[in-house]
Amino acid sequence: MNWIIDLGANTLFKVIGIGRAFLMLTGALIAFPQWKNVSLTIKQIYVVGVQSLLIIMVSGLFIGMVMALQGYTILVGYGAEGSLGPMVSLSLLRELGPVVTALLFAGRAGSALTAEIGLMKATEQLSSLEMMAVDPLRRIVAPRIWAGVIAMPMLALIFSAIGILGGHLVGVEWLGVDSGSYWSIMQATVEWDKDVVNGIIKSIVFAIVVTWIAIFKGYDAVPTSEGISLATTQTVVLSSLAVLGLDFVLTALMFGIN
Amino acid sequence: MNDNLVEIQNITFSRSERLIYDDISISIPKGKITAIMGPSGIGKTTMLRLIGGQLKPDKGDITFAGKSIPSMNRSTLYQTRKAMSMLFQSGALFTDMSVFDNVAFALREHTQLSESVIETLVLLKLEAVGLRGAAQLLPSELSGGMARRAALARAIALDPELIMYDEPFAGQDPISMGVLVKLIRALSEALSVTSIVVTHDVNEVLDIADYVYILANQKVIGHGTAQEIKQSESPLVQQFLLGQADGPVPFHYPAPSMQAQLLGEDK
Amino acid sequence: MTTRKTELMVGLFVILTIAAGLLLAFKVVNQGFSDSESTYTLYAKFDNIGGLQTRSAVKVGGVTVGRVESIYLDPEDFNPIVVISLSDKYNNFPDTSSASILTSGLLGEQYIGFQPGFAFDDFVVLADGDYIQDTKSALVLEDLIGQFLFSRDSE
Repeated sequence: MNWIIDLGANTLFKVIGIGRAFLMLTGALIAFPQWKNVSLTIKQIYVVGVQSLLIIMVSGLFIGMVMALQGYTILVGYGAEGSLGPMVSLSLLRELGPVVTALLFAGRAGSALTAEIGLMKATEQLSSLEMMAVDPLRRIVAPRIWAGVIAMPMLALIFSAIGILGGHLVGVEWLGVDSGSYWSIMQATVEWDKDVVNGIIKSIVFAIVVTWIAIFKGYDAVPTSEGISLATTQTVVLSSLAVLGLDFVLTALMFGIN
Repeated sequence: MNDNLVEIQNITFSRSERLIYDDISISIPKGKITAIMGPSGIGKTTMLRLIGGQLKPDKGDITFAGKSIPSMNRSTLYQTRKAMSMLFQSGALFTDMSVFDNVAFALREHTQLSESVIETLVLLKLEAVGLRGAAQLLPSELSGGMARRAALARAIALDPELIMYDEPFAGQDPISMGVLVKLIRALSEALSVTSIVVTHDVNEVLDIADYVYILANQKVIGHGTAQEIKQSESPLVQQFLLGQADGPVPFHYPAPSMQAQLLGEDK
Repeated sequence: MTTRKTELMVGLFVILTIAAGLLLAFKVVNQGFSDSESTYTLYAKFDNIGGLQTRSAVKVGGVTVGRVESIYLDPEDFNPIVVISLSDKYNNFPDTSSASILTSGLLGEQYIGFQPGFAFDDFVVLADGDYIQDTKSALVLEDLIGQFLFSRDSE
């Protein structure tokens, strides 16, 4: 009997948690249209976007280079090394760009967001805002969510572009694939709306989910050092799983069903 | 309308099935310093959060200037909060801005004043707490006592009607304690704000409080002017004032008897 | 001041993103034929479409002029019908034009090779919704081998 009771209690707890998370999200998104918040959002774009730029660019470069290396050794067996361009660019634009960016973002910016907001709660800064008649949803949460939603697709685009350049570096400069065919076969295959735009849409969805999880976990953290470290871990684990799961769903919707 | 700014009427409040207040009433007279004392863990901070509308009582009513706080909607509540301010135990300064910006925060959020007017106001407030020279420091560069004074400057930035002090003396050295006592009294007299001081530092607060409530065991166990409290006959009040370890407020957290637990008879 | 520096960095971030977007738009993405152009639709009935797929290219002399919009089976005679959308820029093909399914390279994708017919004085232009009469189906390797063996036997 007891485990049924536990299961029920657990389910209720989870459902209530999800409900609170939704209230927070709607509260924050409705709160946005205020001019004062624009400069706050820009500041947050700096924190989550610009400060993640280095890791995104370095990862993009290396992933592009590795894909060119791996792809070349396989394709050259079929005499099809000219298809290296589309292979690198399609994998980056459709999958690796949005997904790897979201995973890196969860680790780099998401965990920092959770810790920041958790600590604000622990040091009573959020309470203090409320008592100063300033809504923390509007002042703290909304700019961070919007910054994430704006910054992540930008990072994903940069990631893909640098990855394609990295693939060019290895494939063309080092392994001797013809530069003309690298670009021209790529151009013949890649399409703007199907590949680039779908990648951006994926990235926006991931951005909403990752920032939302990160901020809610911080907002909902038990305000102790243990609680905050737990919340930070949960942010990374949960948002990584959510990104990978959603990626499958989105891919199925975008490319799987005609 | 009577002279009480805040009126707490017969409230009952419990958190996660633990009863914190059982049907208490407290009146906070306008322009005076009221102290709420009691042993730690009695939910004194909770009382301030109830007044600030961050928590809602299970039963009873709390009025601020005649208006009921628990039944306010969100926007009226935020409007009402502009007339009150709270000094948190930790200071709760925003760690990412300088002391100056912390004090200016509420002014920038809630008023349309020009930056030069704000600068004058902020410097005046900082002067009042003796921290004008520290305006450009970050909260992490302040000592505990200075942080609390900076938070006090922030709390009075909007000239509130009510200031709530949450454990203002906790963990302070005697000098900063003396400074804070002086500041609270000076603010109360100069601006004639209503003050609520929640504390367990008996001596300091009896010096400055006009009226004192003592809470224990979910109830108000004694109230009166500082003089009346000192002469109170109640054993509870005397235990608290003299700091006796055991008495009506038990030393032990409620538990089955030692014998029962050690011999495993409670199973 | 810190906010100036922050704004500057965010500005650089935006510029970098635009640069990445331009690289993708001009260097990576297909330039020839985009969906935003206005198009008109033609139908072509084949015996066998081989590996042709939706969104396969339609080329005239190697230039992409359109795409396969959809493919379905005629419910009466069970022949596949290919719906082609062609760019409005090329709207005066004569109705004697022919369509055949070709393969790019030995192992490459299949596409529709469109062969414009001769334009006589009184030629009729293919318009939206018309059928292309002259079609050549895809070459299926097994059929080819079968034909080859059959023709050798009969000699």
